Amino acid sequence: MLEIKNIHKTFFPGTVNEVKALQGVDFTLEDGVFTAIIGTNGSGKSTVLNAVAGTFEPDAGTILLDGRDITHWPEFRRAAFIGRVFQNPFAGTAAEMSIAENIVMAMRRGKRRGLGPALGRRTLDEIADRVRELKMGLEDRLHNPIGTLSGGQRQALTLLMATWLRPKVLLLDEHTAALDPKSAAKVAELTSEIIAREKLAALMVTHSMQQAVTMPDRILMMHRGRVVEDYRDEMKRRVRIPDLIEAFNRVTKRELFTEPAAAMLERQYL
Amino acid sequence: MSLVLGAFSMGLILSLLSLGMLISFRMIRFTDISVDGTITLGASITAVCLSAGVNPWGAVLLAVAAGAAAGAVTGILHTRCRIQELLSGILMMTALYSVNLRIMGRSNIPLLDVPTVSRGFEHLDAAWAGADNKINLLGWPVPVSDMAALASSAVICVATALLLRYFLLTHMGTGLRAAGNNPQMARAQGLNHQAAIVSGLALSNGLVALSGSLLAQYQGFSDVQMGIGMMVWGLASIIIGEALVRHNSIGLVICGTVLGTILFRLLIAIALRWGLNPNDLKLVTAIFVFLALVAPTLAGKLRKRLCQGVVHARD
Repeated sequence: MLEIKNIHKTFFPGTVNEVKALQGVDFTLEDGVFTAIIGTNGSGKSTVLNAVAGTFEPDAGTILLDGRDITHWPEFRRAAFIGRVFQNPFAGTAAEMSIAENIVMAMRRGKRRGLGPALGRRTLDEIADRVRELKMGLEDRLHNPIGTLSGGQRQALTLLMATWLRPKVLLLDEHTAALDPKSAAKVAELTSEIIAREKLAALMVTHSMQQAVTMPDRILMMHRGRVVEDYRDEMKRRVRIPDLIEAFNRVTKRELFTEPAAAMLERQYL
Repeated sequence: MSLVLGAFSMGLILSLLSLGMLISFRMIRFTDISVDGTITLGASITAVCLSAGVNPWGAVLLAVAAGAAAGAVTGILHTRCRIQELLSGILMMTALYSVNLRIMGRSNIPLLDVPTVSRGFEHLDAAWAGADNKINLLGWPVPVSDMAALASSAVICVATALLLRYFLLTHMGTGLRAAGNNPQMARAQGLNHQAAIVSGLALSNGLVALSGSLLAQYQGFSDVQMGIGMMVWGLASIIIGEALVRHNSIGLVICGTVLGTILFRLLIAIALRWGLNPNDLKLVTAIFVFLALVAPTLAGKLRKRLCQGVVHARD
């Protein structure tokens, strides 16, 4: 169970570029629940994911994973429990290393890397078996540099690597956004399949309303660094794309109203 | 013949430098300038030890350990103290200049009549030699000492290359390569990227110091200036090696680097024979590396221009 408690983060504080990315994000991700995060650009969706992954330390708040405080753990240490797929299909794999070498890195996620040969015959067979399940014909190209593959193939492999050892949380950062429609559909299908089979807790940032409505069990809507809507259980089952768009409009309108009001109060009292 | 033989021995010894730099420059992608200092560190420690009568193999081990420690410090300067890559290397190199002077106590130590690692090979070779203490190599008579130097460098070089290949294909070695190729991916797979840089630089500079140690024994002296420009020599050798072997299998890359270094030494020997002023050697090497670095871009531009020319002609 992942508990995010009142996380704040401001980038470039005190400069003209100051960005209040997270302003008190608060939610709990139960085991086996697949959650999508949607929101406008700059609403803090990806920042929440990065806070969980450990790319930066939040200014305030705590992150608990199965009750353990991981707020100050470095990124590589959290990786023992967290699988990640990035938006950029080239970010999750080492281009000049072979498919097999990339996967063997994932097979040791969070474990000691010793002085034994990385790719023994048995390991290669195991890799070939699981790569075959992707039905992309990659099992015959295990020794080719992964950089020679297409974005879709690399993203599918990154997903396989992120879930090779069962993660406590899977983080998907718009992982289909940079792919062509066909590959995107294939990777999305693969994502749902793996998450359902392994009963994973997952956080998926997405810009696609279609994905948000069809794939996950729960939807969080973010705006201005906060979670503003939370659709779950019965509510999530009933929600349709127009409902989400209406909610977006409602949130942005509320802001149109509150901003000038705040300015007005400031003028009067300061 | 002795020219060729010398180039081979020298090439084998310096290929350890190139292999070390292969790890820093190509595997963990760290532009490590401290090489110029660590190769001298290896040489000066060896010179002092041998003069004091230490077993040559013990001296070699000590040199390697010191080189590895220096490399680790460069890595820590970069990862922990957040100093830029180049600056960390420059700081280390500058500091090592004084350290090397301190170790040797003066700027130059000659090594005459001290046992070196090739001593054992001399006994072996002596069995093959004729009455004039020369070995018949493909029709040429070669002094036993030259042959022993070649044999000892070849044995050490091959053993190191094999060990290095084995290491780079282990889980640890794979992690090291991944950290250089894609740090983001390495971290996401739970690898401590900073520790990988530090250990990679330790390994790299350990090999460089090994090269320095053997170099001092081979040429019979250690000099505080001997490291200057070594980094560019190593880089030139790596580039030649990559041109020889266009493949990214670890074994072949290592072979290419060793062959590249030997070829580079042969080219230098030939150029010197033809009357190249030894003072110009570093300039020539620098120009060579420069050309090798810009050639791919230039070739690409040229090709583009030519192709555009074809399109215009068709219009």
